[in-house]
Amino acid sequence: MTSTTAPQRSPAAGSRRLAGPRRDHGAWFLVLPALLPILVLSVGPLLYGIGLAFTDAQSGRTQPTQWVGALNFSDLLQDTLFWDSFRIGLVWAVGVTVPQFVFALGLALLLNLDLRLRWLARALAIIPWAMPEVVVGIMWRLVYHPDAGVLNETLRGLGLAGAGDGTDWLSGLATALPAVILVGVWAGMPQTTVSLLAGLQNVPRELHEAASMDGAGAWRRFRTVTWPAIRPIALAITALNFIWNFNSFALVFVLTDGGPGGRTRLPMLFAYEEAFRYGQFGYAAAMGLAMVAVISVLLAVYLAGRLKGDEEK
Amino acid sequence: MSQVSRRPALKRTAGRTGQYAALLCYLLFLAFPFLWLISTAFKPPRELADIHPTWIPEAPTLENFRQAFAQQPLLEAAGNSLLAAAISAVTAILLATPMAYVLARFRNRFSRAATGWVVISQAFPLVLVIIPLFLILKGLQLIDSRIGLVMVYVVWSLPFALWMLTGYVRAVPRELEEAAAVDGAGRARTLISVTAPLLAPGIVATALFAFITAWNEFFFALVLLKSPEKQTLPVVLTHFLGAEGVADLGPLAAAALLATLPSLLLFAVIQRRITGGMLAGAVKS
Repeated sequence: MTSTTAPQRSPAAGSRRLAGPRRDHGAWFLVLPALLPILVLSVGPLLYGIGLAFTDAQSGRTQPTQWVGALNFSDLLQDTLFWDSFRIGLVWAVGVTVPQFVFALGLALLLNLDLRLRWLARALAIIPWAMPEVVVGIMWRLVYHPDAGVLNETLRGLGLAGAGDGTDWLSGLATALPAVILVGVWAGMPQTTVSLLAGLQNVPRELHEAASMDGAGAWRRFRTVTWPAIRPIALAITALNFIWNFNSFALVFVLTDGGPGGRTRLPMLFAYEEAFRYGQFGYAAAMGLAMVAVISVLLAVYLAGRLKGDEEK
Repeated sequence: MSQVSRRPALKRTAGRTGQYAALLCYLLFLAFPFLWLISTAFKPPRELADIHPTWIPEAPTLENFRQAFAQQPLLEAAGNSLLAAAISAVTAILLATPMAYVLARFRNRFSRAATGWVVISQAFPLVLVIIPLFLILKGLQLIDSRIGLVMVYVVWSLPFALWMLTGYVRAVPRELEEAAAVDGAGRARTLISVTAPLLAPGIVATALFAFITAWNEFFFALVLLKSPEKQTLPVVLTHFLGAEGVADLGPLAAAALLATLPSLLLFAVIQRRITGGMLAGAVKS
């Protein structure tokens, strides 16, 4: 008896049970194991860190930490070294994010065609993606090495003898920042490529065919068919890349440790030194907060501008 | 007809050639630093000192690898990394899977807030997190402790694990679970015998990704560990660079190559699933 009536009733009852968390206290038992550590070791510390920015916290101090209000921030405003570092951070983040996107888009478009060697590209993409950042740094130091490096040897081979003769790319005041930026582009390209490729694969093939029947060239097809379709992914991935790049640490730490003469000292390296070399916890937290604030404003402007552009079309 | 189609065909061949040339440039750009690392790792000191280095070592040697193990405690460091990465990956999965299930199946304010946090937590500079974490762990006597590091790794891999796993759960049709419920299976029974097997490949991929992330991690290990015997592999690798950056190139390259092999191999195994999962998590979030 029950077995005949159950099929009619249960699907609805089952979905209501699944969809109604109010009655489902079991859900909380499923959520808590992950929620507690996140609250205690992620949300909590972040709030604590924001609070620290308004204190004079120092490492290994005996007197109790005190609130100092906005003192750290008024100090920070005067700190030209930090703003130099901040400027370098912005140059680095833009300098990495933009070429990363352009090159990744090119590669994604190529991989979206029916070319051979795609498997090889996929295999090679693993290298920058999976490699520890420390190893990426070490590897490129070997490439840039003035004597034993392949870059100078290649330049010599191409007959650019003057350019390649013992140039120490990572120690030169003018070359250090471009050199680390190139490494940043290399390291982040695969992830960006894969995201864009996924977007490309959602572009309806019929639209392309229709456009080319109408006599649209490759560039027009890209502008009118491909780009609108991948635009949301492109926006998201450039915004994320910008954040990640601005906050990056290990790569440049290994490549130059901020040198020469601070030319590659990204804000994260600066704040790390402030906190763990000089023990100025409160001041370093204020730097972190300043970084968040500026990045948020920049991103808001960028995304708002892009979204507005969308509406106008 | 044939006249009309010939010119586009010719143009297409030219286009194809250009496309292959471009692809080849990309492949070279992606591959050459790694090939150079391999080449350097097998070169004897005499060739490394040569001011005209070659791509293929003339007299390849394993001496650099022997030297690398002699100069730094690589095995010990690899053991530390392995332990930290394995424990944190398994723990993260155990904690994240139930929550991912809830996030995927229930759409309400809570799950939107949690997903929002997953995204926002990516945006904060680590320095803002590491200072309070350092103070908290210090209060718990967990500075310079492997347990403290594992705790941080677990929490740090949770957002990504949640993101991935939520996508994988969504890919399991709800109808399957409902059908099992109709057949009289309880909630627990449904999860274990219907959902879990379908989820298993995604769980393995996510766990391996968390493992790779922790294996590669540098910043937290640098700040939170002090004793040399507790250091993880990436931190020990930087010791090869020396104070002035005057490195012994051969052993440096050999150690770097060894340290990166596990990541490359594991990533090769899960690559497709990871890229698929990232996007599954992104769809309809």
